[in-house]
Amino acid sequence: MRTLPNPSPVAEVRTMYAFVERNFRLAKRYLSWEVVHIFYSIINAMTIGLIGFTSPAKDRAETTLYLVIGALLWGYLSILFDEVANSISYERWEGTIEYTFMAPIRRLTHLLGTCLYGVAYGMVRTLIVLAAIAWFFHLPLSHANVLGAILVLVVSSLSFMGLGLIAAVLPLLSTERGAQATHIIQGVILLISGIYYPVSVLPHWVQWLSWLSPATYALSMSRAALLNNAGLSTLWLSLLELTAIGVILVPIGLGIFVAAERFAMRTGRLKRNG
Amino acid sequence: MDTQTDVQSQVAEVGQVHAAQPAWIPTGPPVIHCKHVYKRFYENAEPGDDVVRRGWLKQRKREVTAVHDVTFDVSKGEVLGILGANGSGKSTLIRLISTLLFPDEGVVEVFGLDVVKHPHEIRRRINRVSVEASFFKKLSAMENLMFAGRLYGLQPAEIRKRAGAILERLGFTQSKMTASLENMSRGQQQKVSIARAFMTSPELLLLDEPTTGLDPKSRRDVQDFVEEIIVERQTTIILTTHDMPEAERLCDRVAILDGGRLVALDTPEALKRLAGPNVKTFEDVFFAFVGKDWKEVMADEDPA
Repeated sequence: MRTLPNPSPVAEVRTMYAFVERNFRLAKRYLSWEVVHIFYSIINAMTIGLIGFTSPAKDRAETTLYLVIGALLWGYLSILFDEVANSISYERWEGTIEYTFMAPIRRLTHLLGTCLYGVAYGMVRTLIVLAAIAWFFHLPLSHANVLGAILVLVVSSLSFMGLGLIAAVLPLLSTERGAQATHIIQGVILLISGIYYPVSVLPHWVQWLSWLSPATYALSMSRAALLNNAGLSTLWLSLLELTAIGVILVPIGLGIFVAAERFAMRTGRLKRNG
Repeated sequence: MDTQTDVQSQVAEVGQVHAAQPAWIPTGPPVIHCKHVYKRFYENAEPGDDVVRRGWLKQRKREVTAVHDVTFDVSKGEVLGILGANGSGKSTLIRLISTLLFPDEGVVEVFGLDVVKHPHEIRRRINRVSVEASFFKKLSAMENLMFAGRLYGLQPAEIRKRAGAILERLGFTQSKMTASLENMSRGQQQKVSIARAFMTSPELLLLDEPTTGLDPKSRRDVQDFVEEIIVERQTTIILTTHDMPEAERLCDRVAILDGGRLVALDTPEALKRLAGPNVKTFEDVFFAFVGKDWKEVMADEDPA
């Protein structure tokens, strides 16, 4: 009996799930590393939060929460970015990239499956860190719009998937240099997005870049929700803007990826010997 | 040298020789149709190389023609062997057919579909085993196969059934199937690779040196399994190999590549006849067409 996959939405979801399942199984096999990563993330967020304790007593709680929000959101967004951008690097290192690329699947399905795992994995890790941090700092969340902040997290995921897809092109074209370049991109986003400080402190010539980063909007809204209890009536316009950025970035990322894939197939960048 | 020249002058007649005594009966349109195919790569130029300028920065590059004006057809159910030294273009040809590379010139069609225009439709019906068993080594054989099977639309129960049957046939125990691949020998990993390709029941199977570097028992297991598949004649197979007896034993026709060019293509018997009266082994055949001793070629081989 021949294998002809049914291109129905159910089949596409099943294919997406293949990537989620494989990555989850890999995380299980590297469980000790997962524990180390989570431990490091908790300590990192605590260390950054403790900087808030250098503030005057009246501002201490707010400053600590301001910093912790930055640490948590950046932790989540960088996990998502890493998972998507490095998914190609992992496959190149293992040598499986040609098998994945010659499988009868749509590139959109392949990449969305990778993104789906990134979102699920990032959420779980962020919630674990949040629980530890909330316990350590006794964070004053009773008057915070936590659901609003989670909504911001979900919406911002879309934009970071798009950025991840664009970054994933680099390891597709050159394994080592591509992986290096994705770290540089990540570093620039960290610098310009106001993760631990308002973007107004950046040199003027850098500030305009912050408006290009979806993380800037995500942080601004998360802080508004958690520090000022801002509701949907306040956040909706910014949420809409962030959604629009994501809706634009994902197809752009996919388009660039597919173009790079064709370039790689034309020039033999995937692999060549014999 | 004379022998080689004589042989190459007869290459044009090879098709006639082959047509007279086919080892299998070709039916219907060809499964693979390659016509005047060229594939060139550009590598960093070394001193003394002929240089071409490439890209926006006009970088100094050396042009390597990996596949040079190759033309051939493969019929349904046929097993075509491809022999050649390292860098002769075997793997590039396999990648062109498997939709992983686009030709620079010429036409590559699989099932009548152009590999550049219709890769998705072709991919549903083909699979490949490469010289390196490429897997997520931390995962078990079954976990890797579960992932691969899902990409081909197979259900988990079906994957377990098909992959389990193939692996059992290749001598895997149940406990081995759930062990991490990083703890397995190369031969065992290659058997998992064979299972990955065969479990999707491809109409066209591309076997790129599946037995290179395997211990004698693993090689025999894989060859026997491939032979069983061949007997059914449901799957068209391209087999690149360094194992001359393997090529002779398994292939209906054998192509010899040298420097990206197809220098011979016919049944093993016809190639022996063409190579001359003093030819005894298939290694002699290779020498007659390529002008290199097979042992010398193998000593220079890099399995990666």
